[in-house]
Amino acid sequence: MPRPNQMHKSLPKAQNFGKSMGKLIGFLKPYLLATVVALLFAVASTVFNIIAPDLIGQITTIVTEGLFLPTGIDLGAIAKIGTTLIIMYGCCAVFGYIQGWIMTTVTQRVCNKLRTQISQKINKLPLRYFDTRNIGDVLSRVTNDVDTIGQTLNQSLSQMVTSVTMLIGLLIMMFATSWQLALVAVATVPLSMILMLLIVGVSQKHFKAMQKNLGNINGHIEEVFSNHTVVKAFNAEEKMTQKFDVYNQTLKQSGWKAQFLSGLMQPLMGFVGNLGFVGVCIVGGIIAIQNNDVGFIGVISSFMIYIRQFGQPLGQIGQITNTLQSTAAASERVFEFLESDEMPDESNFATHFDTVRGDIEFKDVYFGYTAEKTVIKGFSAQIKAGQTVAIVGPTGAGKTTLVNLLMKFYQVNSGDILIDGVSISNLTRTNVHDLFGMVLQDTWLFEGTIRDNVVYGKQGVSDEVLWRVLKATGMDHYVRTLPKGLDTVLDDKTTISQGQRQLLTIARAMIENAPMLILDEATSSVDTRTEILIQQAMDKLTQGRTSFIIAHRLSTIKNADVILVMKEGNVIEQGNHETLMQQGGFYADLYNSQFENEEE
Amino acid sequence: MLKILKNFRWQYWVLAVVMVAFIVLQVELDLALPEYMSEIIALITIPGSTMEQVWQAGFKMIGISFGSLLCTVVTSFIAARIAAGFGAILRKKIFDKVESFSLEEINKFSTASLITRCTNDVQQILMFITIGLRLLITAPIMAGGAIIKISGKSSELTTITMIGVAVIVVFVVILTLVVMPKFRAIQRLTDNLNNVTRENLTGIRVVRAYNAEGFEEQKFDEVNQKITKTHLFVNRVMSLMHPMMQIVMNGLSLSITWVGATLINANKLTLPVMMSFNMYSMQIVMSFMMLIMVFIFMPRASVSAKRINEVLDTPNSISNPQNPVSANDKKGVVEFKNVSFKYADADECMLKDISFVANKGETVAIIGSTGSGKSSLLSLIPRFYDVTEGQVMVNGIDVKEQNLADLRDKIGYVPQKAILFSGTIESNLRFGNENADKDLLQKAVDIAQATNIVQAKGFTGNVAQGGQNLSGGQKQRMSIARAIAKQPEIYLFDDSFSALDYKTDKLLRQALNKEVSDATKIIVAQRIGTIKNADKILVLDKGKIVGNGTHQQLLQNCEVYREIAQSQLSKEELENA
Repeated sequence: MPRPNQMHKSLPKAQNFGKSMGKLIGFLKPYLLATVVALLFAVASTVFNIIAPDLIGQITTIVTEGLFLPTGIDLGAIAKIGTTLIIMYGCCAVFGYIQGWIMTTVTQRVCNKLRTQISQKINKLPLRYFDTRNIGDVLSRVTNDVDTIGQTLNQSLSQMVTSVTMLIGLLIMMFATSWQLALVAVATVPLSMILMLLIVGVSQKHFKAMQKNLGNINGHIEEVFSNHTVVKAFNAEEKMTQKFDVYNQTLKQSGWKAQFLSGLMQPLMGFVGNLGFVGVCIVGGIIAIQNNDVGFIGVISSFMIYIRQFGQPLGQIGQITNTLQSTAAASERVFEFLESDEMPDESNFATHFDTVRGDIEFKDVYFGYTAEKTVIKGFSAQIKAGQTVAIVGPTGAGKTTLVNLLMKFYQVNSGDILIDGVSISNLTRTNVHDLFGMVLQDTWLFEGTIRDNVVYGKQGVSDEVLWRVLKATGMDHYVRTLPKGLDTVLDDKTTISQGQRQLLTIARAMIENAPMLILDEATSSVDTRTEILIQQAMDKLTQGRTSFIIAHRLSTIKNADVILVMKEGNVIEQGNHETLMQQGGFYADLYNSQFENEEE
Repeated sequence: MLKILKNFRWQYWVLAVVMVAFIVLQVELDLALPEYMSEIIALITIPGSTMEQVWQAGFKMIGISFGSLLCTVVTSFIAARIAAGFGAILRKKIFDKVESFSLEEINKFSTASLITRCTNDVQQILMFITIGLRLLITAPIMAGGAIIKISGKSSELTTITMIGVAVIVVFVVILTLVVMPKFRAIQRLTDNLNNVTRENLTGIRVVRAYNAEGFEEQKFDEVNQKITKTHLFVNRVMSLMHPMMQIVMNGLSLSITWVGATLINANKLTLPVMMSFNMYSMQIVMSFMMLIMVFIFMPRASVSAKRINEVLDTPNSISNPQNPVSANDKKGVVEFKNVSFKYADADECMLKDISFVANKGETVAIIGSTGSGKSSLLSLIPRFYDVTEGQVMVNGIDVKEQNLADLRDKIGYVPQKAILFSGTIESNLRFGNENADKDLLQKAVDIAQATNIVQAKGFTGNVAQGGQNLSGGQKQRMSIARAIAKQPEIYLFDDSFSALDYKTDKLLRQALNKEVSDATKIIVAQRIGTIKNADKILVLDKGKIVGNGTHQQLLQNCEVYREIAQSQLSKEELENA
């Protein structure tokens, strides 16, 4: 599909055009033969396209000459040329289509491969990679950038070949037919180039301004619309409208200038084309009259078509260089992602735990997400098998970070974490993950059936087990009431509360049945009555397993065997609820503050 | 689509007429060009023609080309002006309209959809106006003009041209019909692809914890194969377009030349006519192709137009009363009289038969599980929604009878999700009270326990859109300070303390009680600790008040309250309290 708005986007520029294109072409290698064949077809089809006008010109010449012959026009000769032309046009179309078909197929296969590689890459990157990038960015690489490659590569590759072939072919044909008229046609090239550069130079500035203003106004609209209640409650409608008006007017100003200037491009090119046309008419006419050569009309009529065709590859080459820029920019982003550093290879690790007792030791662990800021500073703790460990502390104390380290999502800077006396750095990530079940605050369910969500990739889970788990989490009733039961697809139309979502993620952890457990703020997003239900489900889950519980609400963790009180990356107190309350330290202070009277 | 044009100002209509005039002129000039070409051709065939004659015709052609260029420049200028101006008007209208909406209308459309309507949809319409409208005007004029030029000159050649046009129109229409549904499928599959990838990314810790990478890749692969298949189909079909166009165009000019030669031989046609025919027929085919393009793009723009009209045509459910009752000397009294409330398309009432009074200076707390109607209750006071039954009175007057701005001036609202606006710390604090002096701002900041934020950033410190450069707790404190700076009679705290740690929560409430003891405070909360000392606690369950009293009273006589309390406090604490 043609895209009318393409002109209006300021095209992103690739940092290193050659390198990115080189990599992309590397992806084409398996299809090299197909591509070469396609390009040969493109050349063949173009050659026919160039020869054809000459034949049309021959017909015109025959007609003109016929006017002055007593025998009239040689219709037989015309029929011969006509038939040749029909065959040529036919071949031209067939070749063109074969070329299009092959290129489409190759391009789409390449896109498919790129997407698959991105998807696999996501799972090979360390979590650290995603700390500094937002999801939208990765998403747009999978869809937008790959799409851009798909749309542009197909056309630009074949167009580039056809355009260049056409340009060269046309030049040869033109100079062979009449060098004078050819010079006239060629003379228009620098003129159109200069005009094009001039306009692009000026309009680019306004386009950038327009894009910026568009961003401003969209940002403002988003801000005001999403915070409608606040704006209303504070009677700030007028203030917001005034700001809007300013943005709106600036956008209007830059908008019309950009549109106007870019709209000039086509008429100007058309004008230059017309000039060529006129030039050929005049010069051709003069030559014909001077030489008294009526047959020259045939030459002129061929040139009419040459001129029309001549404009095409010129404009196309200009456009293609632009499109290739965005292809390069898109592939640069895709390849940047594909070439990011992956997590270290662990395929040669010998140690493997099928099951564990569940002793865990943190030994003087230091860690920071960035080099500048250390989050965990010399953390040490020993946890015995089967214990329930609660980690409390203010936001930013490093509670979740600890979990991230334990799960080997991140590597410690120094120190060590041991499971049953074995350092996790000697265990594969897969193995460590197998040892822990995990329930997180943000209740992650995907669009799929309840069954898939709860079983989640585990093989051979019977319905019986599934129902037992759902019963244990108190979700069996809800699932039974759904028309499709376990096969109900959870999507944004399903009415499922936050609490129910949380219970499903707990069910998922029960199915996994790992020897150890991590509950990271698993109840903070639900109301207190639902929390009781979740609490009960979690209690069942933690029985007999080494468990780590991170919680905001202190009531959730009072029953833990060990409470680790963290502050600024270190454990400042440790013990059970009673001993900590007796100590009267930070924990006691934190705990009491929720009950103190205002009027003290 | 046409309806949206009603928003044109009359100046634009005048400009549009001028534009059409210039387009007609331009097409006339473009069509005249081949005539001069035939003239030159004729000159060659006539023995004894002079070079001057050729030059003359040539100069005329240059003149005409230049004239045509000028016309296009004027047309572009006008089109750009109209589009930009119209865009500004449309945007402004939608913005103003949405600003006047109550929450009910906002919810009907959803905020995200309103944003796209005000931004993306407007862009779509503008694009159509700048490109589509011009083609829509130019194409028929051009086709018409060319048809007039060739009509009557040779019926045979005219027929050939018409066949060419028909073939192209039929072909493009068929292609479009085949491909269009697949285009929509691609859109849907792209959404799926996005969704699967987004899921993998948002749940990346879960995916890894469960070693489910393979499962995710398999899900992705399924969608990937589907989308590749659809893309392949669409692109293979669309690859037909170019060769097909070429064959029709080339076939047309061959037919005209060939048939033309026969006709000339039979003395039914002259050579110059045949040559100009070749030019004109191309122009006709091109115009039809332009028209087809416009019709392919029109549906998109008309969908956008429809979406914009929907917004503009939605009546406001809440507006200022005709004769607002002005305030009396009562201050800070909120009363609910048998209030029931139902959301527009809900089946069941969110709130049922709620009655209570909050007097000046009192603290009234509302507690209950999620979905019990706490926030809905609060939003009735500043009249974000209208009650379904009963009355909400502020200072003894029904809120429906008060001027909206006056009513909201009395209220300091702190929403559940703290949001700041891009600007500075100061501009955010002044949000509801432009004339607040520095002392007042400082005091508000101090009460809200936000002193250290302001110290760190300064009053001129930058705040990003939505306050993204502040943490949740910081935003919440700033949002409370913003309400305090307004010096309202009534404070509404919609679960505003939950982002604060217990200590800050306590300090803030102490400061509030001390500094703004005159003001009425209505607090929605989750934590028992936050509301234990309220003058009055309302316990909501499924939209009804199931308990009303102090902490002690409710522990005695309200089952729901006791349950909530037990889940948060230990036995001893309950007994000690």
